[in-house]
Amino acid sequence: MRFLATIGAAILGMLAAIGRVALFAADTISHILRPPWYPREFVTQIMQIGYFSLPVVGLTTIFTGGALALQIYAGGARFSAEAVVPQIVAIGMVRELGPVLVGLMIAARVTSSIAAEIATMKVTEQIDALVTLSTNPMKYLTLPRVLAATLVMPVLVAVGDIIGIMGGYLVGVNRLGFNAATYLKNTLDFLEPLDIVSSLSKGAVFGFVAALMGCYFGMRSGRGAQGVGAATKGAVVAASVLILAANFILTELFFAA
Amino acid sequence: MINLIGVHKSFGPKDVLRGVDLSIPKGESMVIIGGSGTGKSVLLKSVLGLIAPDKGEITVEGLDVTRLRQGSSERDAFLAQFGMLFQGGALFDSLHVWENVAFRLLRGSLKRPKEEARAIAIEKLRRVGLTPDVADLFPAELSGGMQKRVGLARAIAAEPQIIFFDEPTTGLDPIMSGVINDLIREIVVEMGATAMTITHDMTSVRAIADKVAMLHGGKIRWTGPVADMDDSGDPYLTQFITGSAEGPIEAVR
Ligand SMILES: Nc1ncnc2c1ncn2[C@@H]1O[C@H](COP(=O)(O)OP(=O)(O)OP(=O)(O)O)[C@@H](O)[C@H]1O
Ligand SMILES: [Mg+2]
Repeated sequence: MRFLATIGAAILGMLAAIGRVALFAADTISHILRPPWYPREFVTQIMQIGYFSLPVVGLTTIFTGGALALQIYAGGARFSAEAVVPQIVAIGMVRELGPVLVGLMIAARVTSSIAAEIATMKVTEQIDALVTLSTNPMKYLTLPRVLAATLVMPVLVAVGDIIGIMGGYLVGVNRLGFNAATYLKNTLDFLEPLDIVSSLSKGAVFGFVAALMGCYFGMRSGRGAQGVGAATKGAVVAASVLILAANFILTELFFAA
Repeated sequence: MINLIGVHKSFGPKDVLRGVDLSIPKGESMVIIGGSGTGKSVLLKSVLGLIAPDKGEITVEGLDVTRLRQGSSERDAFLAQFGMLFQGGALFDSLHVWENVAFRLLRGSLKRPKEEARAIAIEKLRRVGLTPDVADLFPAELSGGMQKRVGLARAIAAEPQIIFFDEPTTGLDPIMSGVINDLIREIVVEMGATAMTITHDMTSVRAIADKVAMLHGGKIRWTGPVADMDDSGDPYLTQFITGSAEGPIEAVR
């Protein structure tokens, strides 16, 4: 009986957490329509989340694209299908790896820094100070971050997709003996509009999740340095898991026959 | 007029406030004293609505503070009449010193041109004894006492009608404490502001207060004009003022 009670309590706790996150998300979104807005914060976050993430996005996707090409070539060679490298690299990058890799890198880079920043502000009473200065922290801190991440992530994913395909192209042409023009032509011919739409939509969802988790855990941080550490860890774990779960659901929605 | 009736607040098993009754007339300077950890900061934050009391009533000019919904425009308007200096300063470390001081003047209903806001910030910094060259530094580049004074400048920047200071002179040298005490007195007398100040510094109490209230055991133990403080006949208050280890207040709490 004790055992069942423990499971029951865990499930109830999880449901309550989901409810709180949903309310937090709804509250965040509702501020889009209600002034005042803080455009300067929004622009700062576009730079922080978008522009400064470009190097990390480029590096992760180029290596992955290259490795993907090598694997597909090696695997394909077993049944004389080496020629599909450009097509499979393109599909793999655009449909799955591009959005997921960029999403996870954003969870590592952006979610953690948002959570640590907001949690520190909470712990040092800066959030209280904002409120007493008649500034709503949801408008001033949360909305600009969530909105910026949601809008900028599709762009990052697009960049990641392209650089990943470039990685495959470089390996394909320089190591595996593909003809450069044919490689590009096969890639472009094979990709469908739906592939690209799904890729960018995933990006938007992942960006929303990554920033939302950072803000949610930061705002709920406990006291002291330990509170900040716990908030940051919780935010990154939750963002990563939710991104992978959302990826599965979105793949199911877009591609299940 | 700020009115507290029967205010209770607990954190878990810990009863911090156990029925605080206090009223502060408009334009008066009330100083709250009391041992460390007795709930003085919690009391100030309750009036601002940052902490919701478990029980009791808090009104400011007749307005019930606990009814104000978070993020509502009434609450924004309510808070617009306040200035608050936090015990830890609570400066925004991503903003320059002058942007901290001018925070209210750079956005929202009190927004004004940047140059004007900056000029006001520099003037307020001067009033707390800071030179204009600190305006372009970040809070992390200042000493503890300087941060405190920037917090003070931010609290008074928009000329609020009600000002709360949580330990304004802690960490300041005696001369700077004197400057800050004079400043607080000046704000109350000249601007007619209502002030609530927490301090452990008896010199400050005498310099700032019209009235004094002592918080002990979760309640207001004693309150009255500052002139009556020395011969109150209350052993708790007397022990606190003289700073004696002997008396009804235990040293280990
Ligand atoms: N957010 C909170 N969560 C849990 N406990 C709290 C919280 N805020 C305050 N407390 C507790 O309430 C008590 C009173 O705290 P408060 O900060 O009001 O003390 P204080 O009278 O201002 O002391 P000091 O003079 O040292 O600043 C303390 O025991 C503190 O641990
Ligand atoms: Mg305190």
